[in-house]
Amino acid sequence: MKEKNKVSIFNKMNDTSLLLTITIVIFFLMYIGAVLFQGGGFSKPQMFFNILNANAALIITACGMSIVMISGGIDISVGGVVALVSMCCAVYLDKTDSPSLLVSVLIAIGIGVAYGLVQGFLVAVLDIQPFIVSLAGMFFARGMTTIVNTAPFNVENQAFIALKDTRVNVPFLGSYNKKGIYVPAYIEIGVIVALVLVILLFVVLRWTKLGRSFYAVGGNKQSALMMGINVRRTKFLSHLICSTLAGIGGYVYFLHVGSGSASHAMGMEMNAIASSIIGGTLLTGGVGNIIGTFFGVLSLSTIQNIVASAGLDEAWWTGITIAAMLCIFLLIQSVVMAQKKKAIKA
Amino acid sequence: MNETTLLKMRGIVKSFPGVRALQNVDFTLNKGEIHALMGENGAGKSTLIKVLTGVYPKDAGNIELEGKAVAIHSPQDAQNLGISTVYQEITLCPNLTVAENMFIGRGEGVLTNWKQINADADKLLQSLDIPAKATQQLSNCSIAVQQMVAIARAVDMDCKVLILDEPTSSLDEQEVEKLFGLMRDLKEMGVGIIFVTHFLDQVYEVCDKITVLRDGQLVGEYEIKDLPRVQLVAKMLGKEMDDLSDIKGETNEYKGKDAGEIVFEAKDLQSDAGIKPFDFFIKKGEVNGFTGLLGSGRSECVRAIFGADRILGGKVKVHGKDVKINKPIDAMRNGIAYLPEDRKIDGIIGDLSVRENIILALQVLTGFFKPFSKAEANAFADEFIEKLNIKTSSADKPIKALSGGNQQKVILARWLLMHPEYLILDEPTRGIDVGTKVAIQKLVLELASEGMSVTFISSETDEMLRTCSRLVVMRDRKVVGELTGDDLTQNKIMATIAGGE
Repeated sequence: MKEKNKVSIFNKMNDTSLLLTITIVIFFLMYIGAVLFQGGGFSKPQMFFNILNANAALIITACGMSIVMISGGIDISVGGVVALVSMCCAVYLDKTDSPSLLVSVLIAIGIGVAYGLVQGFLVAVLDIQPFIVSLAGMFFARGMTTIVNTAPFNVENQAFIALKDTRVNVPFLGSYNKKGIYVPAYIEIGVIVALVLVILLFVVLRWTKLGRSFYAVGGNKQSALMMGINVRRTKFLSHLICSTLAGIGGYVYFLHVGSGSASHAMGMEMNAIASSIIGGTLLTGGVGNIIGTFFGVLSLSTIQNIVASAGLDEAWWTGITIAAMLCIFLLIQSVVMAQKKKAIKA
Repeated sequence: MNETTLLKMRGIVKSFPGVRALQNVDFTLNKGEIHALMGENGAGKSTLIKVLTGVYPKDAGNIELEGKAVAIHSPQDAQNLGISTVYQEITLCPNLTVAENMFIGRGEGVLTNWKQINADADKLLQSLDIPAKATQQLSNCSIAVQQMVAIARAVDMDCKVLILDEPTSSLDEQEVEKLFGLMRDLKEMGVGIIFVTHFLDQVYEVCDKITVLRDGQLVGEYEIKDLPRVQLVAKMLGKEMDDLSDIKGETNEYKGKDAGEIVFEAKDLQSDAGIKPFDFFIKKGEVNGFTGLLGSGRSECVRAIFGADRILGGKVKVHGKDVKINKPIDAMRNGIAYLPEDRKIDGIIGDLSVRENIILALQVLTGFFKPFSKAEANAFADEFIEKLNIKTSSADKPIKALSGGNQQKVILARWLLMHPEYLILDEPTRGIDVGTKVAIQKLVLELASEGMSVTFISSETDEMLRTCSRLVVMRDRKVVGELTGDDLTQNKIMATIAGGE
């Protein structure tokens, strides 16, 4: 009897929602574990919001990455784009006369869109492997960042600093510090941008023709073509969206760190890929979910925080734990998928 | 019936590098007509259809739909004009739901109204009697159901021209009947249907007209009543047909001194593919087969013999000696070769050349550190291209550019190159033309007469009767009987499958 129930559940769920459920469950188990065993910082809500504040940019770029991966592609240039955006905006705000914040935002988005147009064209129209295209894109972005300005520096523009330090208080979730003064919980502007984008992209992927085309193309390119989907256009748009999000993510990153540097966002593309995978996006395409990616980023950064607060602050510890966690996630995913296959066969 | 012309293709020319796939082909389809498109593999049927659906651009010729010249540059164009296609290989997305597969890529508007498409899909599935739910993920459905979903998609698109490119090769008899019912309904509604199939019975059951192609050229268009079966086959082959039923008498039995020795023996063999433990043996120079309905476990049995599924238990002997066969390589080392059922998934490596595909298995066996010289590989490839009459412009051509029957021959060549003692052929004749079918059956008997043991599986019982001297009958994943000698008749097989003696 119990067996039969299991079969029907597996049948009801498609691959996407099954993987999403796994991700969310694991994240909550992990976070609750951290609260129970680590205590300290984790028991305060602000810890969670700090994770959001520090990773808003990653959430945005990972969403773009997920869309490209769902369509069956990959984009490893996003980290480079983030660094280039930070540096360009920093130089504009600090080294020109009477800069405006609006223009700096437009610069960020413009860089992203330009990247998307070029990479999308190379991938979709000229049919070049997305890995190669974005590898070249990554080197180009890193190189350009150094050309724009070699030395890292902090932005001192007053309007920008005011925006950077804007805190949005979260009601009810504050805490009392040692002196008994109430400190409200807060998030930064970037988190709001990230959350709006997550919801927007979720809607796009779930309900729009374009969103569903991403899944169809990633699931089976040939079939998608036969069913009358414009495969080139879909691939092109996936890269355009991803790079544009990298541009926006770049600005949010810039807003969080407030500086320009050629070494900003090193390896961010890999974190974005890792988050997508943890969030249930398959590298083979066709399966994935933006909400999953959101939780993927949270899981990844929670692990980093657990490692840090356990006093194992060296970089290699973080690396090893993330590697281990990726393995565990992938293992659980493949076991569950295999179970599902078995259940269907029987 | 309305006799107005629906579709007119005139002077269609299409060339691929080295091959003239279509030479000046005409094709006419009327409203409310089921029109069979027949020809051997490589005759140009698929190419003609792909030109019509915009997958390939044509080199010359024009297409008229309802009297108006149309330009079709992409599958979308074809769809918008009301030309829908159901291909032999399922062209749906396995990661999407059934409903989405039926509706994606068409309709106006930016948003997907899930409630609406799920409701519409369920209604349509119900009216077509397809056992699937709208919200089910497609990969959770059986192949047959997936095929029917593809048809449902095509049907729902208000199509004027419906192209069915070998839709029946993965369906069982009942499902085929259902499909024919559907086709007749559509015909009543005035839809013109182009039906491509290898099953002659089916052509004579539903079609009104036949157009025959051979070697990329039009042979002619015929009313079904004017063209008896034998003539149709003769026209497809371009020669009078060999008497199929006589091929067994032509070849001699193997008469070596070790004739009758048991080459392979299995006891209580069981794999994780869900078959009951079974016993099996084969003698030197014998051709035997597994028969039963689709899904009765025929393929699973031979896969177990070859170690292609996970082995759960049982004893295996080769030449009377105990051996362990857990993986295909173990089986290969013991002189067993296996031609799998689905050549797309298990057999060919599409981007490699014909030559590389041929030498692949032998290379695995000798090890990758002892590669064949170019000359050796060429010699092997040329030998088999000639021996099996593989139609390819050169041995360097990627195998995916060959037609289905020729791909099958390449894979056959791969295994023959290993000079196996025991060859397993799982549906080697599915989806290929009559001429190649006969050629493969003859080859099987020839190999047996030279001392090879062969297990042959086919969905077409008469093929099995012509080639096998012993049949293992299966029902519900269990061996239920064994037939030899005078018991080898169609009736006896059906009686054994049905279970009543």
